[in-house]
Amino acid sequence: MPFIYNFPFFSIFICMISGIVTPLLKNGKWAYRLSLFASGAGFVLSGILLGRIGPNNESFSFMMGHFPAPWGNELSVGPLEAVLATTVCLVMLMALLGGSRDIFEDVLPEKQKLYFIMMDEILAALLALTYTNDIFTAYVFIEISTIAACAIVMAKDSSDTMVATMRYLIMSLLGSGLVLIGIVLLYCITGHLLFPNLQLRVLDLASTGQYTMPLTVVVGLIVMGLGIKSAMFPFHLWLPPAHGSATTASSSVLSGLVVKGYIILMIRLFYKVFTIEVIRELRVTNMIFLFGLAGMIIGSVGAIKEGHIKRMLAYSSVAQLGYVFMGIGLGTDIGIVAACFQILVHACTKPMLFSCASALSAGRHHNKKLHALRGAAYENKLAGVGFTVGALSMIGIPLFAGFAAKVLFASATMAQPVKMWMTLLTLALSTVLNALYYIPAVTVLWSRPEEGEAGEKVLVHPAFAVSTVVFITAVFFLGICYQPVVTLIQNGLALL
Amino acid sequence: MEHLLINHYETAAVILFGIGFLNLLLQNNLVKKVIGFGIMDSAVYLFLASQGYIVGRLAPILVGEVANAADYINPIPAGLVLTGIVVSVSVTAFSLALIQRLYQKYKTVNFDEIVQLARQKGDE
Repeated sequence: MPFIYNFPFFSIFICMISGIVTPLLKNGKWAYRLSLFASGAGFVLSGILLGRIGPNNESFSFMMGHFPAPWGNELSVGPLEAVLATTVCLVMLMALLGGSRDIFEDVLPEKQKLYFIMMDEILAALLALTYTNDIFTAYVFIEISTIAACAIVMAKDSSDTMVATMRYLIMSLLGSGLVLIGIVLLYCITGHLLFPNLQLRVLDLASTGQYTMPLTVVVGLIVMGLGIKSAMFPFHLWLPPAHGSATTASSSVLSGLVVKGYIILMIRLFYKVFTIEVIRELRVTNMIFLFGLAGMIIGSVGAIKEGHIKRMLAYSSVAQLGYVFMGIGLGTDIGIVAACFQILVHACTKPMLFSCASALSAGRHHNKKLHALRGAAYENKLAGVGFTVGALSMIGIPLFAGFAAKVLFASATMAQPVKMWMTLLTLALSTVLNALYYIPAVTVLWSRPEEGEAGEKVLVHPAFAVSTVVFITAVFFLGICYQPVVTLIQNGLALL
Repeated sequence: MEHLLINHYETAAVILFGIGFLNLLLQNNLVKKVIGFGIMDSAVYLFLASQGYIVGRLAPILVGEVANAADYINPIPAGLVLTGIVVSVSVTAFSLALIQRLYQKYKTVNFDEIVQLARQKGDE
């Protein structure tokens, strides 16, 4: 076995170890550096792995502790997993850099170390959800990321965040309860927990017509559970308060990564366990498709009504997640490729928007009401540019990442006439709605402040500058050179 | 109906799961919500444990020489239950800690009241 095959395991393990070591460190600053190291190391390891297995188009499964299948636990890695893991680590690193100043302002000094433990655990859980080949391990990491995600919302100790955390926690617990009973039922009708064995049995059941009802229930429970946790349309109400009130780095990580972790798991389950053909036959994709379309509209309408810039961005996340669900709902390979691409686009754009919005409000006594931010872009030009780039990408202007995602979605629908019309109409409507709240926000930020409104000039924090520049580059890279990334996702999906 | 009686453990587990789920969703009292969560998770463990048990077989613990695998019950569900218990204990501890914080601040465990109080505070 080549040494490089250990890298996925190492990247998960480094995060967990750094979470364990963090309490021994002197203060929050050191914990911060260790977290940066863990996500940086994860990025380098996943990047090397991607460089190796991406062009060769290979996939492998890694036996934990070298115990063979029925006893041991496995990780499975292919180009799709590698590209997702690389993005996750990069976004985590940049979100920490971009939100570093706010973390040390918002979180009590004695609790800063604990905050970084939670960040490490979230990264470990996300990587594990991306790589794991065992359904029960997936459940355990779902719960780990739930607890850690609630904790990072609560880290900013205000009444808003506490209520938002409670709401988030309740919805998350409902979701993971459904996932758990789904997994248990699946175990009962198949007798396996590892993805490849499960897939064999599920195909068997589907071809013989045995247990069709329980199988449908299982898929429904798991999709609904993961849907609640990733804010699929009717279950999205917990998201805006939680993501809108948390500290900057938390909002970035939650919106950019945590909700995606469950979607990535859902896609992997669809391919590696249930197989997309069975999912299509059970008509689950049609439900996801409708929920996705509804989410795209409802999220944008919520954002238009919102005057608080971070909650507006959070509502926009609901809309963007709607795109992802719509892509999955198409039920075709090309639709899911578009959904995966949208995951990458949103993961690179939303954290930038959150950190720029916070940086802009820093000169205005952290007032995050949109009307209080008139002309704020002149006080911190880099943040202004970052916010504008992010907003244009979310609207879907050509050359920006969001445009490439929309083109992919539109071309993915061509094979299905009914869904095509619904998708194209909703895409058009949603683009208009996106523009309706992002353009006014950008205009307010860049209009000259009236007298007495202007805030003080803000010194650009070097860490923030690095993160914004990297995110802007990523947005343009995904918008202009998207073809290689799409090919990589396509190959990865074929190998799942 | 007959199926439900034969699989009475599973039937009970599913009913309990429903009770727990609805309590977690609909109760206004946060402590009762957590109790609902406890019921929901225990129902899953009951379901798993009943699946793993096979009447007339031994506990999967080796005493002396290795006997036939068919003499023992399936140990995997028990392992899963153990893992699940660890998870639900930590989630319960976290929720209770959060409820305690909310109670210290608002002197109530009724979620609707807390939301209202928090909104009033936000408006001021």
